[in-house]
Amino acid sequence: MLLEVNDLHVSYGAIRALKGIFCQVGEGEIVALIGANGAGKTTTLRTISGLIRPQSGTITYKGQPITKMPPHQIVSLGICQVPEGRRVFTRMTVLENLEMGAYTRKDKANVKADIEKVFQRFPRLAERKSQLAGTLSGGEQQMLAMGRALMSRPTVLLMDEPSMGLAPMLVQEIFSIIKEINQAGTTILLVEQNAHMALSIANRAYVLETGEIVLSGPARDLANNPEVQKAYLGE
Amino acid sequence: MLSQQLLNGITLGATYALIALGYTMVYGIIQLINFAHGEIYMVGAFVGVLMVSVFQQGLLVSLVAAMLACMIMGVTIERIAYRPLRRSTRLAPLISAIGVSIFLQTLMTKIKGPQPVAFPPVINDALYKLGPVEISKVQIIILIVASLLMAGLHFIVKYVKIGKAMRAASEDYDTAALMGINVNRVISFTFAIGSALAAAGGVLVGIYFNSVSPFMGVLAGLKAFCAAVLGGIGSIPGAMLGGLFLGVAETLGVAGGFDLYKDAIAFTLLIIVLLFRPTGLLGRPIQRKV
Ligand SMILES: Nc1ncnc2c1ncn2[C@@H]1O[C@H](COP(=O)(O)OP(=O)(O)OP(=O)(O)O)[C@@H](O)[C@H]1O
Ligand SMILES: [Mg+2]
Repeated sequence: MLLEVNDLHVSYGAIRALKGIFCQVGEGEIVALIGANGAGKTTTLRTISGLIRPQSGTITYKGQPITKMPPHQIVSLGICQVPEGRRVFTRMTVLENLEMGAYTRKDKANVKADIEKVFQRFPRLAERKSQLAGTLSGGEQQMLAMGRALMSRPTVLLMDEPSMGLAPMLVQEIFSIIKEINQAGTTILLVEQNAHMALSIANRAYVLETGEIVLSGPARDLANNPEVQKAYLGE
Repeated sequence: MLSQQLLNGITLGATYALIALGYTMVYGIIQLINFAHGEIYMVGAFVGVLMVSVFQQGLLVSLVAAMLACMIMGVTIERIAYRPLRRSTRLAPLISAIGVSIFLQTLMTKIKGPQPVAFPPVINDALYKLGPVEISKVQIIILIVASLLMAGLHFIVKYVKIGKAMRAASEDYDTAALMGINVNRVISFTFAIGSALAAAGGVLVGIYFNSVSPFMGVLAGLKAFCAAVLGGIGSIPGAMLGGLFLGVAETLGVAGGFDLYKDAIAFTLLIIVLLFRPTGLLGRPIQRKV
């Protein structure tokens, strides 16, 4: 497995946010992590990225433990994150945001070419490349956050609720872009509240409930699971 | 007359601005008021004295040496006094900063004694006439050095990779880390630059007023801090503007007969500006987009 999370426990003071979760992401997969508000999805991603130190448990990437690594080293290894709420650098231009995404890279010429590729994928960003990111619309900011993460040429892309707060049309577009990114060779761990969309593009999925994985399996099976349908698909 | 006071005010203000930049950059990244910053300025002035008197160096070498020494000192202070406290309450590093400040003052008093020392002659006191104003060689040097340093800083922050990382980290620390930015290294860099600017300020002021003392950093530090807040704490152009504004106001105030209140002018001005613009002249509104 490319990325493995084993028995991960995370607390915020007295609050136990993750109570021993296990999950795996294989090369080339789209794996969805779904769950209600406060289930611990963001906590899982932030811990994988090294922003939160777990109480116990291990995270391995290509067989190598990364549990105690600082975030910037984890990015250098090829794990990049599109954080919840986009978190673009609002006081920097679109172009500067993309440059920050390429921070760990030394191959300047290819970075230039990759910026052009991001602009091809998101033409709306190209038109606004000298604009401050804070002045972009929510959808444009999501595209920028995705483009920024792609600039690191990640092997694994962690995405935290990319569809949050977007209009249905745009949600469709974002999901089809996620699929494209995956088809171009990037492995994806996708956190979503929009379980319907997430299960429709994922290979496998995990259901997180108050800090524990309660269900897992092929995405199609979960989509047909009556419990999942009742709790997360509103059927 | 007025133009002469303006020139004097701008000269003084340029030195305030050099110190204020360090406060504002450090605050921008780790939300810490580095109370030891004034002492870094003071140590910079003493290194300048040492270079000129003991090592018989000229202005340029002395200035660069003071800047380098203070860079190392600033980075070291952050490493041992602030970094271990980063995850504790916000008050802890603040108290640590006050401790460092007292330590440096006391250390310097122990080494050099509490009395001010004269800055050994390093440039002549030539005066030039520019129409109605007289400008001394020291003033010219202060204005040129301060302008060059600030232009250099602007260039770094706007165009150089680590400078852009500074902006990113000061806006969103965690997300900067998620982009692969080594935030600790950016913080060290920020302390290095801020301390170097303060050291340059210390040497220049030491020459300008021909006096260097272990306590020179207290009032200068407070005033420069006022300048940073006045300009909008966290804003680099704000610190430059705040410094100049304060220097001019102080000089005009003294010329206008308020010389007894010279040191109160900065604080009065700060209160007045904050009443009308709580985030300072160029400060951003506090609210954050979610
Ligand atoms: N910084 C924090 N301090 C204290 N508690 C926190 C913190 N961040 C998260 N929590 C708590 O940890 C639990 C998991 O939060 P997390 O943000 O991981 O949930 P989530 O699944 O991402 O939810 P959402 O769908 O609303 O984004 C919640 O109970 C939350 O209140
Ligand atoms: Mg979340």
